[in-house]
Amino acid sequence: MRTQHLNFIACAVAVLAVCSLSSAQVTKYQEDENLGMEAHVGKLTGHAKDAATNYRRYCAGCHGDLGDGEGENAVWLDPKPRNFTLATFKCRSTPSGSLPTDEDLYNTVGRGLESSNMPSWNPLSDQARADLVAYVKHFSDRWKTEKSGAVIEIPPEPAVNAERIKAGQALFQKLECWKCHGVEGRANGPSADTLTDDQNRPIKPFNFHDQTKFKCGAEDRDLYRIFMTGLDGTPMPSFSDNVKPDEAWDLVFYLRTLQPMHTQEKEIAKQLGLKPINPNAPAPAAAPAAPNAAPTTQPQSNENKPQ
Amino acid sequence: MKKQAWYQGLAIFSAALTLIFVFVMSQREVKAAPASGAGITGTIKLEGTAPHQRPIDMSKEPACAAVHKANPVTTEKVVAGSGGGLKNVVVYISEGLSGSAENEVASSKPIWDQKGCQYIPHVMGLNPNQHFEVTNSDPTSHNIHPMPKPGGPNHEWNKSQPSGAPPIDNTWQAPEVAIHVKCNIHPWMSGYMVVVKGPYGVSDDSGSFKIENVPPGSYTLTAWQETLGTQTQKITVAAGKPATADFTFKAK
Repeated sequence: MRTQHLNFIACAVAVLAVCSLSSAQVTKYQEDENLGMEAHVGKLTGHAKDAATNYRRYCAGCHGDLGDGEGENAVWLDPKPRNFTLATFKCRSTPSGSLPTDEDLYNTVGRGLESSNMPSWNPLSDQARADLVAYVKHFSDRWKTEKSGAVIEIPPEPAVNAERIKAGQALFQKLECWKCHGVEGRANGPSADTLTDDQNRPIKPFNFHDQTKFKCGAEDRDLYRIFMTGLDGTPMPSFSDNVKPDEAWDLVFYLRTLQPMHTQEKEIAKQLGLKPINPNAPAPAAAPAAPNAAPTTQPQSNENKPQ
Repeated sequence: MKKQAWYQGLAIFSAALTLIFVFVMSQREVKAAPASGAGITGTIKLEGTAPHQRPIDMSKEPACAAVHKANPVTTEKVVAGSGGGLKNVVVYISEGLSGSAENEVASSKPIWDQKGCQYIPHVMGLNPNQHFEVTNSDPTSHNIHPMPKPGGPNHEWNKSQPSGAPPIDNTWQAPEVAIHVKCNIHPWMSGYMVVVKGPYGVSDDSGSFKIENVPPGSYTLTAWQETLGTQTQKITVAAGKPATADFTFKAK
């Protein structure tokens, strides 16, 4: 009776071993095929095959051996680690729906992602980070068939002034940023509680009132880029089709007045006595001031009704 | 001798002319054939009581709430008329199309409008690479956020469309049944784009659909409904003879 049991267990182990071996071989084959992936960042060329060790040591714990975002730590994390097999990325310099550039991914690896568990990997060498970018790319075939989207250029930042801040506030109302981000940027707009990401998991809008750094950087340029490209996989849409570069800068300046740290924009807003927008006003609250502003931000349809 | 050669030349020339004429005419006929090609018509019925459709509270968007004040709107997951006709069902040929018929892209450019914080139409059929336009007729901003299957051949995008903004022109590169479209600002907004190869039809208020220009042949027809799933049936279309196919979905 005993030996029968042992025999059975030995058989089961053998079958399991053969099964796991054959499935491992399939993934091994696919891996080898994709490990030729490269990443080009400036003068650096990253090679996926050179990043395997670093990926396993530093990334797989959260992003998983297969890059599917199902690493052993993933259950404890919110927001969840990125699933690289889907090739959808938040931080891009390219239009919504398109692949990011290698440089975008390289910057994300170096910078880390604010308000998440993704740290900065700047302690690794530039070459190691470029290799990791190639490794991230090797998880999706989309990189073989598609090119990165056309980069949305960011023109030089103009000088900030009171008119620009007022125009930015009018845009904040007109584009209805407040529907999610709230009238004072406290992430408490009427739609804020209903938001979900592309995996149908709840997600919060950015809270300008409490946070200094944005998801994809901390500079004015980063804010400009986030707003124009949108954050794919989240409810944050792209505005590049409908907002001119000059207007985008106006909005950047206004958003800086909402943040907790001291900014030049905040100082100007204080002098102006700028009040939060009134979402129930039929037209943008700052509209009467807009005609004096250098950029034309008001469409003809808007009525200049004072509050 | 010389005269004979001249006659010979004339004979060859006229023969060539005749050939060209015949060729041109035959080409014209081939081109004209699909226009007189048969259509498939039919009715989609719902058996049983349509599930209750939840009323939509648009009070968070006063401009849209005002539009529907007299006729409050509900979700559109199952829309059945008084006779049981089922609306918003996409019927398409899932098997049997020849290569050329399969890859033909409809030349029309359908409009996906955002009006009164609803998608009009609620369900839209498309061919791969067929252009469509997204418009905003509302006094409020929308973000248009189609969510194809992650990791599939079509890719999610998310664009803002403020009031008065120009239409967004786009295409889907591969067939997909179906792509859910939503607006994150107005979470009740929901619609589907159904991307299929070959001719298709979408059922109207009475549940009737029409698929035009179907070349003669034997096909598998598939009818898709957003919550009731798909149904298939075989159909044979003879040249110039309209065919009919009815479908019945059971209410869940």
